[in-house]
Amino acid sequence: MANPQLVMYDEEFKQINVVLEKLLREANAKVIFLVDKNGQLITGCGETERFDTTSLASLTAGNIAATGGLAKLIGEKEFSILFHEGEKDNLHISIVAGRVILVVLFDTRSSLGLVRLRVKKASDELGSIFEKLMQKSEEKEKSGESEFPFAEITDDDIDNLFS
Amino acid sequence: MSFINYASREINCKIVYYGPGLCGKTTNLQFVYQKTAPEAKGKMISLATETERTLFFDFLPLALGEIRGFKTRFHLYTVPGQVFYDASRKLILKGVDGVVFVADSQEERMDANMESVENLRINLIEQGYDLDKMPYVIQYNKRDLPNVVSIEELRRELNPTGVPEFEACATTGEGVFETLKAVAKLILFDLKKGK
Repeated sequence: MANPQLVMYDEEFKQINVVLEKLLREANAKVIFLVDKNGQLITGCGETERFDTTSLASLTAGNIAATGGLAKLIGEKEFSILFHEGEKDNLHISIVAGRVILVVLFDTRSSLGLVRLRVKKASDELGSIFEKLMQKSEEKEKSGESEFPFAEITDDDIDNLFS
Repeated sequence: MSFINYASREINCKIVYYGPGLCGKTTNLQFVYQKTAPEAKGKMISLATETERTLFFDFLPLALGEIRGFKTRFHLYTVPGQVFYDASRKLILKGVDGVVFVADSQEERMDANMESVENLRINLIEQGYDLDKMPYVIQYNKRDLPNVVSIEELRRELNPTGVPEFEACATTGEGVFETLKAVAKLILFDLKKGK
């Protein structure tokens, strides 16, 4: 398969949120999101309730995919940073560990330079967390150990979803 | 690929509606959007041209409820059907868990259907997927129109492997939920097998 399945566990989820909260403070940002390259929102912090986070995640992933396509056309591997400047708010989008997308929304209280600097540091920390996460899910898969709740799923369970 | 979050107890899956231009992919999503309870759906996003042709994708998030304590979410995407948008179509197939092929039943669209299903297969291979080994259903749309090809012929040309198939009229909604339910079911059973 092109991309192994992304599985998130409690321990790493907490670690990731700690890194994001720190980045939010240090970069003076308004909101930070972490999105899977396939468009699924992983987590967010800051004023998340003001935004339609699901749409934001999907469009960000679409954006990264489209610019990634452009990069390949001109012979680049990917464009690892995108920056969108608005009148008030700006978006800094970057790829972390080759598979997740870090989205930082900030306004005039911060600056592009500061955000870039802090994102770089946070990216390294996130990178190592995701590396551990991948190893962990691989090991669990190999050992056949799975807490996966769907193993005993029945036809009725699925039918109930659509009732 | 699906995203399983043990921390927030969620499972997210991605379904892509594929098919030739004007076959009714967006109409399928619009009907699902209209008929879904407000609390179960997010905003539908359409990145379309001024003439309402899909430019990049449509997106509809659905939260169908819980299975064994896990919130089950499906993200529905359509691709732009027109031939020259192939680069965009490839991008949308990234990380797909299940595919719905929407065929246009009209006689004059048979060539377009066949070209599109072949294009789907090739684009999936490029992403490392095999259409024969993944959740896949076919919808024969526009069954209400007068100049339609028989189901037997559609099946022969488009569904040689005998995947689940549905007759539909997406404008009135006939067959729309049956199709969605079938592909969702296949995806969940795939997850169950631990693929």
